[in-house]
Amino acid sequence: MGTTNGWILARGRKIADERLWQASFAIFRKDWKSELRTRYAISALVMFVISTISIILFSLGSEGASLSALSGMLWVAIFFAAMSGLSRTFVAEEERGTSMTLQLIATPTAVLFGKLLFNLVLVICLNVFVVLLYSAFISEFVVKTYSIFIVTVALGSIGFATAATIIAAIIARANTKGTLYPVLAFPILLPLLLTVINGTRLATEGAFFEEALGEFNLLVSYIVAVVTASYILFDYIWRD
Amino acid sequence: MGWKVVLGVWMTAVIVLALSLPISANPQRWYELPKIPALEDKGRIVFFHVPTAWLSAAAFVISMGYGIRFLRKKNIDDDIKSASAAGLGLMFCVLATVTGAIWAKFNWGTYWNWDPRQTSIFVLLLIYGAYFALRSAIEVEEKRATLSAVYSIIGAVTMPFFMFIIPRIMSGLHPGSADDVNSGPVVSSGGMNFTMRVVFYASLIAFSGLFYWMWDLHIRTTRIESKQIH
Repeated sequence: MGTTNGWILARGRKIADERLWQASFAIFRKDWKSELRTRYAISALVMFVISTISIILFSLGSEGASLSALSGMLWVAIFFAAMSGLSRTFVAEEERGTSMTLQLIATPTAVLFGKLLFNLVLVICLNVFVVLLYSAFISEFVVKTYSIFIVTVALGSIGFATAATIIAAIIARANTKGTLYPVLAFPILLPLLLTVINGTRLATEGAFFEEALGEFNLLVSYIVAVVTASYILFDYIWRD
Repeated sequence: MGWKVVLGVWMTAVIVLALSLPISANPQRWYELPKIPALEDKGRIVFFHVPTAWLSAAAFVISMGYGIRFLRKKNIDDDIKSASAAGLGLMFCVLATVTGAIWAKFNWGTYWNWDPRQTSIFVLLLIYGAYFALRSAIEVEEKRATLSAVYSIIGAVTMPFFMFIIPRIMSGLHPGSADDVNSGPVVSSGGMNFTMRVVFYASLIAFSGLFYWMWDLHIRTTRIESKQIH
């Protein structure tokens, strides 16, 4: 009897896990489809990146800047672009009045991971775009250690998406939708920003991969901490 | 009532001792304070600056603790306690930042130089600011309490990176930084002698008592205010 129960429980849990993955993916697909219909977040992100990079170019003029300043400015561009587009997933649900429906048809965990996946795809597209433009127009910015740079940008994107998603969920519930988002997100994202700026600087200076391991450890533990906290807390934000 | 008088006398004694005990390079008598490398004659700051910095972090933890309690029990009184602790934490955070900056002007030459410790206290200040900005943006009492509790927990999750990890792996001027060859973290290493330790911990207790007193007052006035509104 006991083994049967255990088997049923284990099987039930397995089905629930599969359903969670399916439900999250369904929410991701829904968001992606409605995003492609309006292209609101994508166009906001693209225009933000273009204007930020052109401001950097105007202010630099013909003078070069140091590598650490250039690595910092890369992430300044990413930060402000991300702040313009990443709150969209949750704010749009509130504006359309569809958050109630979503509460009925999906578990909070599925909603969180679906939105997280959506933001992650958005951030990765954003970062690839920013890095391409940045290295095309700013000739001083040359990456010497590609392994460090790729890992830094990848982990940085995941970290950005995780922190931005949970803050977006809070923002969507508050009355002021847009203005508070960077205010709330900046202190949470700052440990991540400081670390990725440091990692980018190491990559442009041509450091060995081992030298950046401390940065990567920090990024991974940041991601784990924020994902765990969001997973536990999202229930309280999402349900009225 | 009685403990408040004791606290007043205690605090006066701490202030008098902290300002009057002589600092000498080679302390022989019991009342002399040691000269800590890199702090030199300005070492007295530990009696005032460290307790305020410690309380600004402790208030954050208290605020988060009552935030968690609110999320579990949905009792609005816990939110009052949480917000009051955060308000006092903001005040102590400003005090720690200002005393640290003034001290930095005389010891390092500039008020602000983005030492990792300064960065971390600045971020704590930002989190407190964002916490109150969020609170002022929400009108419904229960929603405000829930969302601000959630935000303070997320802030607390990222706080260890600033408080403990980044300052120790990045180089800086503050005691306890990665490349600090002088004294290490002042409190946990053996830089202080017995007298200095006694005065320091007495000051820590005095400041904590002061915090508790102010916190209690703040909670009670907020309760009265919220009763008048309803």
